[in-house]
Amino acid sequence: MTWLTFLIVSGIAVIFAGGLIFSRNAVHGAMCLVASFCAIATLFLLLSAEFIFVVQIAVYAGAIMVLFLFVMMLLNVQGQEGALAGRAPGQLLVALALGAALLGQAVWLVARGGEIISRPARIPAGFGSPEDIGTALFTRNLLPFEITSLVLLAAMAGAVVLARKAGLSPKPNGAPAGGKPE
Amino acid sequence: MLFDLIASFIKAVLVFAVVMSFVPFLIWLERKLVAWMQQRIGPNRTGPFGLLQPIADAVKLIIKENIFPSGVEKITYFLAPMMSMIPALAAFAVIPFGSPVRIMGRTVNLQVADVNIGILYILALSSLAVYGAVLAGWSSNNKYSLLGGLRTSAQMISYELPIGLSVVSIVLLTGSLSLNEVVRSQASHGIWNIFPQFLGFIILLISYNAELNRAPFDLGEAESEIVAGYHTEYSGFRFAMFYMGEYVNMVTVAALVTVLFLGGWQAPFGPEIPLLWFLIKIFAFILLYMWVRATFPRVRYDQLMALGWKILVPASLANLAMTAVIIVLGGPNAVRILSVGSIVLAVLVGLVLKAAVALRTKSAPGLAPPAGAGS
Repeated sequence: MTWLTFLIVSGIAVIFAGGLIFSRNAVHGAMCLVASFCAIATLFLLLSAEFIFVVQIAVYAGAIMVLFLFVMMLLNVQGQEGALAGRAPGQLLVALALGAALLGQAVWLVARGGEIISRPARIPAGFGSPEDIGTALFTRNLLPFEITSLVLLAAMAGAVVLARKAGLSPKPNGAPAGGKPE
Repeated sequence: MLFDLIASFIKAVLVFAVVMSFVPFLIWLERKLVAWMQQRIGPNRTGPFGLLQPIADAVKLIIKENIFPSGVEKITYFLAPMMSMIPALAAFAVIPFGSPVRIMGRTVNLQVADVNIGILYILALSSLAVYGAVLAGWSSNNKYSLLGGLRTSAQMISYELPIGLSVVSIVLLTGSLSLNEVVRSQASHGIWNIFPQFLGFIILLISYNAELNRAPFDLGEAESEIVAGYHTEYSGFRFAMFYMGEYVNMVTVAALVTVLFLGGWQAPFGPEIPLLWFLIKIFAFILLYMWVRATFPRVRYDQLMALGWKILVPASLANLAMTAVIIVLGGPNAVRILSVGSIVLAVLVGLVLKAAVALRTKSAPGLAPPAGAGS
């Protein structure tokens, strides 16, 4: 049962990942990625990592991809398909070389996979419930967690500074001066 | 195993059928109620009290020609109405609508799927619900559709934040992410969550109104500004799907709020009759939303965003902080202290808002106070 689910779901994930690469339309590509994310989330569920399953859907499929779609719609990427599909000189060679390197790595991993994959996992079976993740996150890994949030905050402040134009600063009484927020 | 499978199947079909059959009735109810509040008559020609009107409408929409306007992005245009309806229906799967019953010597949960992360599951699905509007707006190849889609999605993303934060307070109070457990903890506390989480309840009420895209927050389909927003180019059954999705969403939200704050299926007094109290609470909620729709005029877009980010998010953060502190310090009395504290906090937030609005009106008399704020 688990194997069957795994095969179906991973098949879906691979098919939609292919769809992302081969679709000529940016929005179709984004939708394929969303479907792929959902399939991968189901794989997490098979590993009894329920929390990661939900976060994968809510954060990646829900929030991040919606923002991607926003950018695509606002810039109307569809109309500039030709511009995006243009090639840099020597692009084919570089792409081939990098692809070959990636393929070699994958082959090497699969060939030696027996050693690497059969190593016992360091986490107990059934790990992944919200309690487990929360405990791990807020006790042993508290410092990295806080540093990550600080980095994200800095990034957000940077984005605000970059996005602010001189003419768009709000008036003293708080009325919006420029366009609509968002 | 087989018994469980059959039980799950029957429950899934039943829930689907019941929720879907709510939709025409709710449409009739809303039209009648709003008409009554506006001193009109409302539908009264088809059947007794116009009861058959939604059925006539549905038949009309289904047998209408399916129009694909030229210039639409076909695949996405086709998928968008489904994507607006499916998350709403799927979310209902984890909502418990009654205490477990015994059938043929086995205990059956009155819930399609008793998952232990029910709350997270619903939050995840509601973040997927945005796609229907975004894709419909984009694929229609119409600037008003696009504007509506962008508005709706920005609004839904913004209001997911206060919803999530208020729900976290409930999780703190319950100590579990299972919706069944939320109901049981309210029974064991002896008090419904609406009292210890009064502010959270108000925040959730406002935020879900925005999440549902209903008046006064129906900016995405504001007919006086952008025709009909993201479903401008839709007709026939695809339009009906958007419409149904909206009402199914309303039922789901009402059920969720009932479970989170109003003790789920428990009876406030008298005997506990399965389903009866749950349905009464759900309908009370839906009637409240209809009342709100008939009462308040539509807000401006910047007011909507300001309400979400400047008022609801800080208020829900304050609520979360207070809940966490009292639960840690209060020990066994935490729920009782919270019941007082939360009402005090709600009044405090209301006073601060009122003062802010008064200050703003004084400094800039031309600006109307943001609707929906205060009180």
